[in-house]
Amino acid sequence: MSQPLFQATSLRKHYGDQVVVNDLSFHLAPGECLGVIGPNGAGKTTTIRMCLGLTTPDAGRIEALGHVMPQDARAIKAQLGVVTQFDTLDPDFSCAENLVVYARYFGIGKKAMRARVPQLLEFAALSHKADAKPGELSGGMRRRLSLARALVNDPKLLMLDEPTTGLDPQARHLMWERLQLLLQQGKSILLTTHFMDEAERLCSRLIVLDHGRKIAEGRPRELIAQHLEPDVVEVYGNGALSLAQSPLKDYAARVEVSGETVFFYTQDARRLLDALGQHAGMRTFHRPANLEDLFLKLTGRQIREDG
Amino acid sequence: MNTDVLTTPATPSPWRAPQLTLRWWPVFLRNLLVWRKLAIPSLIGNIAEPLIWLVAFGYGMGALVGTVAVNGTEVPYILFLASGSICMSAMNAASFEALYSAFSRMHVQKTWDGIMNAPVGLDDIVLAEMLWAGFKAIFTTTAILFVMLALNISHSPKLIVAWFVLVGVGITFSCIALIFNALAKGYDFFTYYFTLFMTPMMFLSGVFFPLEQLPQVVRVVAGWLPLASAVALVRPLFMDQWPLDWLRHVLVLAAYTVAAFWLALALTRRRFAK
Repeated sequence: MSQPLFQATSLRKHYGDQVVVNDLSFHLAPGECLGVIGPNGAGKTTTIRMCLGLTTPDAGRIEALGHVMPQDARAIKAQLGVVTQFDTLDPDFSCAENLVVYARYFGIGKKAMRARVPQLLEFAALSHKADAKPGELSGGMRRRLSLARALVNDPKLLMLDEPTTGLDPQARHLMWERLQLLLQQGKSILLTTHFMDEAERLCSRLIVLDHGRKIAEGRPRELIAQHLEPDVVEVYGNGALSLAQSPLKDYAARVEVSGETVFFYTQDARRLLDALGQHAGMRTFHRPANLEDLFLKLTGRQIREDG
Repeated sequence: MNTDVLTTPATPSPWRAPQLTLRWWPVFLRNLLVWRKLAIPSLIGNIAEPLIWLVAFGYGMGALVGTVAVNGTEVPYILFLASGSICMSAMNAASFEALYSAFSRMHVQKTWDGIMNAPVGLDDIVLAEMLWAGFKAIFTTTAILFVMLALNISHSPKLIVAWFVLVGVGITFSCIALIFNALAKGYDFFTYYFTLFMTPMMFLSGVFFPLEQLPQVVRVVAGWLPLASAVALVRPLFMDQWPLDWLRHVLVLAAYTVAAFWLALALTRRRFAK
């Protein structure tokens, strides 16, 4: 394995009596996209804040791009691009000005940005909005401007905290397209997300956090294969709940009930569906197991405090 | 991997020495560029109010009061008031910028959070905001000084020295205001600062009437207020005299500036370490 671009070792952080990150280790190889997923309150944001040197861990070590955080925070941040969960764009500046002003924080002058600003705006599909202020942009445009702003210093590593939360499908797909383009260019990405389709599409590897601990790690497809049966049959309608206890359950390796829906996790969907056909009035939905099933299996279906 | 370093990073004390670099400049420049878009209306707002006070009180009250004795010299009330109120204007301009405007950038717009994801530390941001609020005060007082010259209130050559003193006064009050910025949960909090600290200080610092009018106990307290020291330095310069006890007043202002900046920085670091 090549030298990791980013390495967090045995991170620990507590607030008051509550341990929010507990013995967390992970690394990022060059060119890789690592996804961090977990329910609300799992410690994702605290982890990102530690990685950015904004919060000091109680114990553990963070090394990035050949430097140690937080001692060498400035050297690391010079090579880092960050998109936070909430936009921090300057509302008084146009899109182009936002990029020029932000570049100055990296010591990049206006002259050097003259050629780069149109490129970055084009990358963000915002060339036609160069003179518009962030308040005049849609949510998706603002997120793309934030991404363009994170690229002013041509960073090796990008840290993205829920980059597509709150966007409509068109805007999300455009964001994904851009992130994939960046990965093709050889950039590395550390990404937190609540969207399992996003994680599955973009991330070469995932870590799952819950209660501050890493509870699973691996490639998305491998994790699904490792923890789940290949097929899921969802059944709902009148009397569906009673099926969970019926002989039908023998066709499934695992049966879960959530609300009015019964989930059968099975190796043999054909036989289960045939048997279900005997029950009139049931509605069924047959699909392959996905990352969301894995996530719910590992972290449970109950709503978290902040959810 | 080296395991003996794993238990390292002790959370750094918020009281550690300031870590200042030249990266405060792009932050200052950012504020300047935003302000440039609104400079003219902001200029009118900044100088109109103090001038209305000066003209209304100075000429209105001045007609009743006549002259006021300062260090044994009788001076027209308008000159007495002008030299005090320009200190007040420096204080107000710096305080408004370091409270309401800095709070908007820090808390509402999250501009500071964005900047901290670039290689700029919090200490540099606080320094930039402090200097920026000081700059706003300089800008306002310079404009008012020119109007006072035009109104023929004072033509003392020592006004140039007064200008440098006012630069310092702006810096002092921007440091003090940043303490309250670091503690604020919302804009309402600043009302306390203005009504409980700034307004009483205005009346206890010899801006509107001589301190000799006040009871002895109050005068002792007033002698340690930063605005009182500012007025004690600036007023004689308006009268073409050198201030008495100037070193003491300069040291009072310097002590407030250093202590307030350090406290403001520590409280801001604590606010952001969460």
